[in-house]
Amino acid sequence: MEVLLYTILTLCALGVLSAVILYFVAQKFRVEEDPRIDEVEKMLPGANCGGCGFAGCRGMADALVKQDDISSLFCPVGGGDCMKAVAAYLGKAAAEKQPEVATVRCGGTCEKRPRTNDFDGAKSCAVASSLYVGETGCAFGCLGFGDCVVACAFDAIHINPATGLPEVDPDKCTACGACVKACPKMIIELRKKWPKNRAVYVSCVSKDKGAVVMKACKAGCIGCGKCVKVCAFDAITVENNLAYIDPLKCKLCRKCVNECPTGAIRLVGMDPLPKAPKAAPAPAAPAAPKAETAPAAEKPAAAAPKAEAAPDANKES
Amino acid sequence: MKTFPMGGVHPSENKLSCAKPIEVLPLPEVVTIPLAQHIGAPAVAKVAKGDKVLTGQLIAEAGSFMSANIHSPVSGTVTAVDMVPNGQGLRQMMITIKREGDDWAEGIDRSETLVKVCPFSAQEIIAKIKDAGIVGMGGATFPTHVKLSVPPGKKADCVIINGVECEPYLTSDHRTMLEHGEELMVGVTILMKAVGVEKAYIGIENNKPDAIAHLKRIAAEYKGIEVVPLKVMYPQGGEKQLIAAVTGRQVPPPPALPIDVGAVVCNASTTVAVYRAVQKSMPLIERVVTVTGKRMKEPKNLLTRMGTPVSALLEAAGGVPEEPSKVVNGGPMMGRAMVNLASPVTKGCSGITVLSGREAVRREAAQCIKCAKCVSACPMGLEPYYLSKMTQKKGWDALEGQMITSCIECGCCQSTCPSYLPLLDWIRLGKQTVMGIIRARGAAAPKK
Repeated sequence: MEVLLYTILTLCALGVLSAVILYFVAQKFRVEEDPRIDEVEKMLPGANCGGCGFAGCRGMADALVKQDDISSLFCPVGGGDCMKAVAAYLGKAAAEKQPEVATVRCGGTCEKRPRTNDFDGAKSCAVASSLYVGETGCAFGCLGFGDCVVACAFDAIHINPATGLPEVDPDKCTACGACVKACPKMIIELRKKWPKNRAVYVSCVSKDKGAVVMKACKAGCIGCGKCVKVCAFDAITVENNLAYIDPLKCKLCRKCVNECPTGAIRLVGMDPLPKAPKAAPAPAAPAAPKAETAPAAEKPAAAAPKAEAAPDANKES
Repeated sequence: MKTFPMGGVHPSENKLSCAKPIEVLPLPEVVTIPLAQHIGAPAVAKVAKGDKVLTGQLIAEAGSFMSANIHSPVSGTVTAVDMVPNGQGLRQMMITIKREGDDWAEGIDRSETLVKVCPFSAQEIIAKIKDAGIVGMGGATFPTHVKLSVPPGKKADCVIINGVECEPYLTSDHRTMLEHGEELMVGVTILMKAVGVEKAYIGIENNKPDAIAHLKRIAAEYKGIEVVPLKVMYPQGGEKQLIAAVTGRQVPPPPALPIDVGAVVCNASTTVAVYRAVQKSMPLIERVVTVTGKRMKEPKNLLTRMGTPVSALLEAAGGVPEEPSKVVNGGPMMGRAMVNLASPVTKGCSGITVLSGREAVRREAAQCIKCAKCVSACPMGLEPYYLSKMTQKKGWDALEGQMITSCIECGCCQSTCPSYLPLLDWIRLGKQTVMGIIRARGAAAPKK
């Protein structure tokens, strides 16, 4: 009994002694750290995705607290709201950025872009693209091995087995840009996120000449420039046989969608404009009268999403 | 019998066309000539659409020191200088020429007479080789004039001629050695003179006893040339492996070059091309291409003009079999599968191999079982399983530390893997990325 008592007492004494020593040591060697870093880290999403350019949220929080000017820092996952909250807490001016979403710019589905060969090497886009053109005739299109899927930390991008192309879930996508970096063909682009996940974009990145594109894929941009002519907002440019819609200039009027002969301009979350009845049956001849009537007919439709979108965009930013 | 000390595999040789004499392929109607047929900077086109060219005329000039001239393989009219898909379907700058007859440029000696005496100095020889646009014809396509220009402060003591042809199926070097043995020997003496050495070895694997006997007999008449029979082992045709097999010297890891151990290695077909360039002023516009495969009707060795579409060669050998096949530019170990058969024969194309049936498909990859067969097979002493895994994990620093840049991409690891892992696919990607990082670092360093 006595032995037991001594043992317990000795252990207790050791414990107390160690605690006292540890207390003083901790006091002596304490590292001064801004407590705000912890607070800011809690405000950040905690995804550690690296989308901000830092290794993790802690690094971002550290930079946010230490830098006087935080306008160059932005957390794509938390978005404008998160940055506003952080800035308000720190008393600094936050960077303002419109919400973005990853957009896969390839429409070469299994059906539209026939396979010409089978790749049986390592199932990776990076490997395949370093070796050869890919399983189809298009040298620019999606390879479909899913490097972007592996890169996504938010489970927001998946290969659709029916089309063979990756599809982004806009609600899960945080625009961290990991898939953009993972894609060796540079197909994925971060584009402005419209309300209700609406979008109009050129779903092709082929810089080949029109005839070459047509041969490889039925959904490619042939660089005809019809969309440029119809765009009232100067948002579309054609360079190297490829049209590009500037997401910041585009107002989602959808005129270009009907104009595109190959359907390379994709429309998401909206109904297409009704085809101008006079334009369809008579192709070339009545060009002049069409120009007069078409804008009148299309104006209300074009204005509607604009009016709806503008206040929403203001709300979010 | 001699061989290299480390790693290697011995795949089935399948030298189906080794007894077939070289045949001349009829001239193609249209040729396409890539401007980048060699390692280094692409050549710069000297002709434009509509120009008339003669056979052997210079049509593209070396873009820098590390580059090579390109000559027209036929006479006719240039119809385009444009981006054209290559064998892998990737767009590449090419000159397209529509053939009209076969009129040769002046100054080229097309006779078969052997000219033994070489009156030129070392500099003149190298200049002639540079003018003729000669590059390593074994597949690496390293410009030969660069190889022969021994950098100051270094000294070569021997020339090694690569007659190994360790790649299964291919027989173009074998047939060249048999049918152009005399030219080869004169070529060797020219190379010895260019580099300034007294000794040359011709390394030949002993699965070519006829070539060994033939060259030994001729070599007796030439001073300082020795034929070295080698044990059959892949990848003995690799430059560093061949040096180790013939001389026993080990080339240190990059950036060291073979010249650091005093050796200059040159392929057998290239040596014959050197003879023709120096003694006959003949540019490199044609080469022997083996067209082979187990299901091909007639495997053949074809003397082909550069720029001939691969489909024409396959046609001459009986056409591609009906069943799904893999057409490989090169041999089965190091060759690259092709997706575009309209693509041209280039300076580095030693063979077209058609793999069919079970040979053509890779088996489903399983898990690594840590058997380390890839480690024992690696002729460079690397750890392929680690390099492959680390590439997947993007550990570029670790890969650089593990010497991924010394990988010669021979494919021994992948061919020996019992789990059929695509080791080389990943390693090649890792190597490309690490080399890019090293280059970027080199470009950034002097600015600081």
